[in-house]
Amino acid sequence: MSTATPKIELSGVKKAFGAKKVLDGVDLSVAKGESFVIIGGSGTGKSVMLKSILGLLHPDAGTIKVDGEDTTRIGGRARERVMTKFGMLFQGGALFDSLPVWQNVAFGLIQGQGMKRSQARDIAIEKLAAVGLGADVANLSPAELSGGMQKRVGLARAIATTPEIIFFDEPTTGLDPIMADVINDLIVKCVRDLGATALTITHDMASARKISDRIGMLYQGKLIWQGPTSSIDNSGNPYVDQFIHGRAEGPIQMQVKLA
Amino acid sequence: MGFLSGIGRATLVFLAATGRLALFTARALSHCVRPPFYPRLLVQQMREIGYNSLPVVGLTALFTGMVLALQSYTGFARFNASSAIATVVVLSITRELGPVMAGLMVAGRVGAAMAAEIGTMRVTEQVDALSTLSTNPYKYLVAPRILAGTLMLPCLVLVADIIGVFGGYVVSVYRLGFNPTAYLSSTVQYLETIDVVSGLVKAAAFGFIISLMGCYNGYHSKGGAQGVGAATTHAVVSASTMILMINYLLTGLFFS
Repeated sequence: MSTATPKIELSGVKKAFGAKKVLDGVDLSVAKGESFVIIGGSGTGKSVMLKSILGLLHPDAGTIKVDGEDTTRIGGRARERVMTKFGMLFQGGALFDSLPVWQNVAFGLIQGQGMKRSQARDIAIEKLAAVGLGADVANLSPAELSGGMQKRVGLARAIATTPEIIFFDEPTTGLDPIMADVINDLIVKCVRDLGATALTITHDMASARKISDRIGMLYQGKLIWQGPTSSIDNSGNPYVDQFIHGRAEGPIQMQVKLA
Repeated sequence: MGFLSGIGRATLVFLAATGRLALFTARALSHCVRPPFYPRLLVQQMREIGYNSLPVVGLTALFTGMVLALQSYTGFARFNASSAIATVVVLSITRELGPVMAGLMVAGRVGAAMAAEIGTMRVTEQVDALSTLSTNPYKYLVAPRILAGTLMLPCLVLVADIIGVFGGYVVSVYRLGFNPTAYLSSTVQYLETIDVVSGLVKAAAFGFIISLMGCYNGYHSKGGAQGVGAATTHAVVSASTMILMINYLLTGLFFS
């Protein structure tokens, strides 16, 4: 780890919904150009953490810094300026179904940066090519695409504005293993080409190993372990061991009954 | 004690909901007047709310005017007052039935569609995606709809007024045997500017309420298909009841 300012820094971030503590003091630091993957079971607050960094949710306590700037409580213009640093691939794609594919990809360029539509369209087709889609899909509606293709369009949209930080929310969920690996390769390639910092949440260990430099595990609202990807198999942490081997028996007790 | 805590909880829920709606309204209004604007989306919404609602609003107005003439004839004939029908029709339509009927029909047609569309965008994370693409969802989704609703409802009501009066004319002249010239002259005889203007002001208020409730309920929907369904219902029901309440308040302001 260098001593430079971390790209993303969370300290003591807490968030509760009613009586339910979702994040209970998360500390995290991601260096520039690093790919960090957060693993954890369903409902452990992974998405809440991502949305807190994006400013879509506001933490109850703690601070979030992007490039050393405290973004925890900013809004309006300042938030929009920080947002231009981010790109995000949503779990379900979250493509705008009222717009054709190319306008989805070019959305951040046209609406966010005010680029001319013809120029934005050229960039959109270029980005679609970068994720392995031909110009023929540009005029289709998102509903006409398969799940894997929607993910690729979502990825093209996330990288279209050449963001400094890209978030991936369960990028391989709902895809077959081969398509999942294709998406993993694309993520690695896109992040490398852009020189971007990447923060991914997933529970797919194959994906986590492939795309990460470092891995952290979120459990009961806390980051209970973090380390380089190579050390995940001998973390010495029983929770991590149980998770990466997918065992029902262990220290993590799944809530089978609804509380 | 359970009874009392129930009342308390309901009061708190009501106050929280009122506060959320007030905040939403303030935020939406502030984004209506601050750039960037999306003229393309505004035009699209104006076409959807105004132009595409013409058939349903026109039909409603036509039959309302027709039934008004028929009903007042059967009633007024008892007092030998059937000459007042034209005035009754035109005043009822412009002051009350034009705006209220158009408001209720548009609430069902447009308010529901807004809640369903924005609600689906919310639960499929498209609203969040807007934010990550440096686009404010209030500006992109809410402001064009609220502006379009407030601007287009008065236009719709003006058309509805004309069609409604025409409906009354058709029934009076062709079914009840009134003299066309006499009917038309007594239609305009007692009509004042305030009658039409008050109806148009009401229409603007209704248009605002319909769009606001559609957007608010859609924006705050959660939990998949069921949540979107509930949001749609709430949008239509709350808009319709608020239209009727505000109609009373505005009538009181205009004609007290």
